[in-house]
Order: sequence, then C-alpha cells, then structure tokens
Amino acid sequence: MHSRLSAFNITALVTGFAFLYLPIVILVIFSFNASRLVTVWGGFSTQWYGALLENEGIRSAAAVTLKVALISSTFATVLGTLAGLILARFGSFRGRTLFSGMIYAPMVMPEVITGLSLLLAFVALAIDRGMMTITLAHITFSLCYVAVVVQSRLVTFDNALEEAAMDLGATPARTFFQVTLPVIMPAVVSGWLLSFTLSLDDLVIASFTSGPGATTLPMKIYSQVRLGVTPEINAVSTIIVGLVAGGVIIASLIAKQARRDSDANHP
Amino acid sequence: MSEQNEIGFISNDPPHRAPGPIGSLHASLLAYTPYRWLAGKLAASGLRVRHLVIAVPYIWLLLFFLAPFLIVFKLSFSEYRIAIPPYAPIFEFIDQTYLQVRLSIDNYRLLFQDSLYIQAYLNSVRVAGISTLLTLLIGYPIAYSMVKARPRTRFILLMLVILPFWTSFLIRVYAWIGILKNEGLLNAFLLKIGLISEPLSLLNTDIAVYIGIVYSYLPFMILPLYANLEKMDMSLIEAATDLGCKPVPAFWKITLPLSLPGIVAGCFLVFIPAVGEFVIPDLLGGPDTLMIGKVLWTEFFNNLDWPLSSAVAVLLLLLLIVPIVLFQRHQQKTAESH
Repeated sequence: MHSRLSAFNITALVTGFAFLYLPIVILVIFSFNASRLVTVWGGFSTQWYGALLENEGIRSAAAVTLKVALISSTFATVLGTLAGLILARFGSFRGRTLFSGMIYAPMVMPEVITGLSLLLAFVALAIDRGMMTITLAHITFSLCYVAVVVQSRLVTFDNALEEAAMDLGATPARTFFQVTLPVIMPAVVSGWLLSFTLSLDDLVIASFTSGPGATTLPMKIYSQVRLGVTPEINAVSTIIVGLVAGGVIIASLIAKQARRDSDANHP
Repeated sequence: MSEQNEIGFISNDPPHRAPGPIGSLHASLLAYTPYRWLAGKLAASGLRVRHLVIAVPYIWLLLFFLAPFLIVFKLSFSEYRIAIPPYAPIFEFIDQTYLQVRLSIDNYRLLFQDSLYIQAYLNSVRVAGISTLLTLLIGYPIAYSMVKARPRTRFILLMLVILPFWTSFLIRVYAWIGILKNEGLLNAFLLKIGLISEPLSLLNTDIAVYIGIVYSYLPFMILPLYANLEKMDMSLIEAATDLGCKPVPAFWKITLPLSLPGIVAGCFLVFIPAVGEFVIPDLLGGPDTLMIGKVLWTEFFNNLDWPLSSAVAVLLLLLLIVPIVLFQRHQQKTAESH
C-alpha cells in the first residue's frame, strides 16, 4: 500500500504512542530526581541508583530473579521448540486437541489460577517450595509462548527442504538439527528472550509458588510499591526497562537481518 | 507429514547406516531377554521415536498444567483447618480399616450465600468487558494507521508496540500510581492549566482500574489487529473506491468485516486475563473495587484459606471456560488457514 498517512492516521498514532510511552518516560525521568517527592523536580541526581547498590534486599532478589529467568527460559525454549514442532509438523495424533489446548490455554489463563494450581501441585508432590518451584512454574507457562512463536515460524516455511533432506537419507534427528533448526533459529531465539522477560516480570505466579527465602525482584518491588511511590523503585524499574528494551531491540534487529538473509537465500 | 518423516523405532533403522552410540547400546542390550522382550513389545505396539518426541512436552504439560487443575478441583471440596497444609484430607484411613471420604460443599455454599463473592464475579466480568471495549476502540485506530504507514516506518511502529508488551507489567502499572494520585502529575498538570480547581481523586477508583487495564493490555489488542489488517487484500478497497464507494462506507462495509478475526482474537486476549486480574485492581483500585482475582489472592495469602480460594478458582475457571475454548478454536482455525 502506498497511500500517505492521513491526518486521522497521524493523530491516532501520536496519541496512541504517547499514551503507551508517557508513563514509562515519566517514571524514568523521576528516577533521576534529587527530590524524594514524585511531582516536584528537585534537580538531576543519581543518588537513588547509588542507594540501590547498597540495598542488600534488592540485590539478592535480583540475583534470584536472574537465576530463575536464565534456567527457566532455557528449559522452556527446548520444550517449547519441541511442542511447536509437534504442532506444526506432526500432523494429527491421538490427543492432539488436548495438546494444543494445553499450549494455548496457559497464555490466557488468569495468573491467580495458574499460580494457585501449581502451588497445590507442588504441595501434593511434596516438592519444597523455593527457587526450584518458581523455576518449574515459569518453564510451564513460558514453554507455551515459545511453542506458539516456533509454530508460527514453521507454518510460514515450506517443509519441502526437510522432505528433501530425508529423501537423501538424513535421519529425522539430523534433518531437524541441520535443516529445520537453522531456519527456525530466529524464532527460537526470540522465544528464549520472551521466556526470559516473562520470568523476569512475573509477580503473581512467583508469589504463589515461592517459599521462604526465595524472593524475586517483582515480589520485592510489589511489597515496596504497596507502601507508596519511591525514587528507589523508579530507579530499579528504569534499570529493568532499559535492559529489556535494549535486549528486545537488539533481538528484533537480529531477527530482521536473519529474515532478510534467508529471504535472499531462498527467494 | 509424510510417512518418511515418521521415525521407526530404533531397531527399524536401515542396516546400511552405521549405528550411533544409542544404536550400539541397543544392539548390545538385545542380548538380554527382558530388554529384547520389551523392545519387541514396543516395536509391535507401533511406538516410535515420534511418540517419544510428543511424549516429552505432553507429559510436562499434563503434570504441571492439567494435573494441578484437578488438584484445585479436589481441594475445593475439602475443609479448612489450622494446620500445615491448611486443609483436612478428603481421604483418610480410620483404624487402618475404613477409608473415610469427607467431601465438603461448604466452600461453594459460602460462595453462593455471601453476596461478596457473587458481586466480585459480576464486577470482574463488567470491568473486564468495559475495558475490552475501550481497548478495542483505542487499539483499532492505532493498528489501522500502522498498516497505512510505509514498510520501514511500519517496522519501527511495530517495535514500539511490542516493546511495552515485553516491559514489566508491574512496573507499567506502578508508573500510573505516580500519575493518578491526588498530588500526582495529572492533577498537578490539570490544576496548573486551570481546568480543575481542586484535585480529582482518580487513584483507588474504578476509573484507575480501567486506565490500568487498557494501558497494560493495549499491545495484546493492537498486535492481532495489526497482523490481520496487514494481510488484508487492499485491491478490494481499491475496487470499491473505483466503483464510487467513499472511503468511510468502504471501511464499514469491507475493512471492518474482514478484520473481524483480528478483533475477536484481540478481545479474547484482553478479556480473559482481565477477568482474573490481580495486580491492577490491587494497586490502582480502591477498597470497594471488588475483583475476583483479588478476592482469591486475599483468601489465599491473608486468610490462608486454601480450600475456599480453590473453590473461587474453580468457579472463575467455569466462568472463563467458554471464552477460553472459543479462543482456542479461533486460534487453531487461524493457525491452520495460513
């Protein structure tokens, strides 16, 4: 489509994106506020970032969060890629409806239900609650997102290449690693990143499934937010937003480049 | 999926292929009768590597997604007691002879008798419904305008929508507290330009909850709408315009009906999680903002009543099962139509 943007289009875009971004921008700006008040600008200062470094609670919560996110996103990517492959390439099998149901449902399931049900399962299985249970819970809901991302990449890519490889005698495993995986790699990478940020962000499910001693960063932030808006929370939020934004932008540029390359190789 | 894609069980491997480590292990194990018997049985039952690949994520989801729901269902029929864990067992052996089964429907009776719960359910549906509608009204023009942009700009705009989608939900909700509170930025701004003479109380009201839900879920609405509108065959619009149809009627008669799948997907993606939302009503809503996700949280964390919160979850799930199943059908249909 070559039409220019109308005045209506521009208005919709400007107001829409202002709505999406202003709150975050304000939050970032006020993390550099010298004053403790959130509405009064008291000059530029990085004191709240310094205060963060000395805050033992926040530091240990950040460490727990990163560990959980790294482990859970890696496992979720492996399981989710398998699940996406099954959905896109395995045709029909007994129990397929249930399988795809279990992939799509966790994405819309209210978090309080997922959190409660996983907690009760861990209690029933007598697994001690802590970092391990948060990780298991995060793997479970993240793998569904990875599956959907991988599946949607696979359905846009013709399986003729895979069939050719197998006709030439490659084992299915070899076909997967040498033909399929390179093609879906951008989807696998963005699935991993998505899992990582989902895990980094999660408050509700982590609160249900964690035990004493395992406090994640969102749980820490939540307990402080309830007491009111503070510049320290603004500072920690700014760091998280910055990390996520940087990661997403780099990842999508890589994905865009990869897509351009693969389009150039297989017109 | 063609037949060639189906992997035979390991013993079916063609002989010309050099056995890998698993293959040689398999070959040496075949000397043992129990293994040979088992391998024969498995091969005869038609079990293939394909099934094993399916089994891994399948069993994971059964164990950590489906089974937990059954446990919630079971627990909703047990009785609360002060203990660890805080519920009475449903099945118990008495004197090592009798199996005692105690199913209690007290939790459900309470849910229906105490108007607090019914009201919380109804209120959640109302708040989620209104928010979904608002999100659609705000999201549609944005998605529509994004598609109109040049491909280069489109990529940047798409990034700009995806970015908040990845950014912490909690932080984005928190950002609104500083804006909406009485001495917050919005009131300061409105007072300064003289639009109001005294601060509006916005935080801890239903309005703040609506703002929070629309804000947090807007990308969930824009993305499926955009994906749908982008694929739309624009020659239809051109044909209509060529035949003398004005742009606005052309929008109502062609674009809108064709984008219905995107609208449906977006609405489901906003409505279903919004019904059970906890963080937004908790941080932005007031004490009288009754939403069922918050009730469940309070019963669980503050009252430690696991059986009652399980019953709340079961009823919430029953309420959402219809939209969830419809959403899944819709997703499957869209995925298969590619």
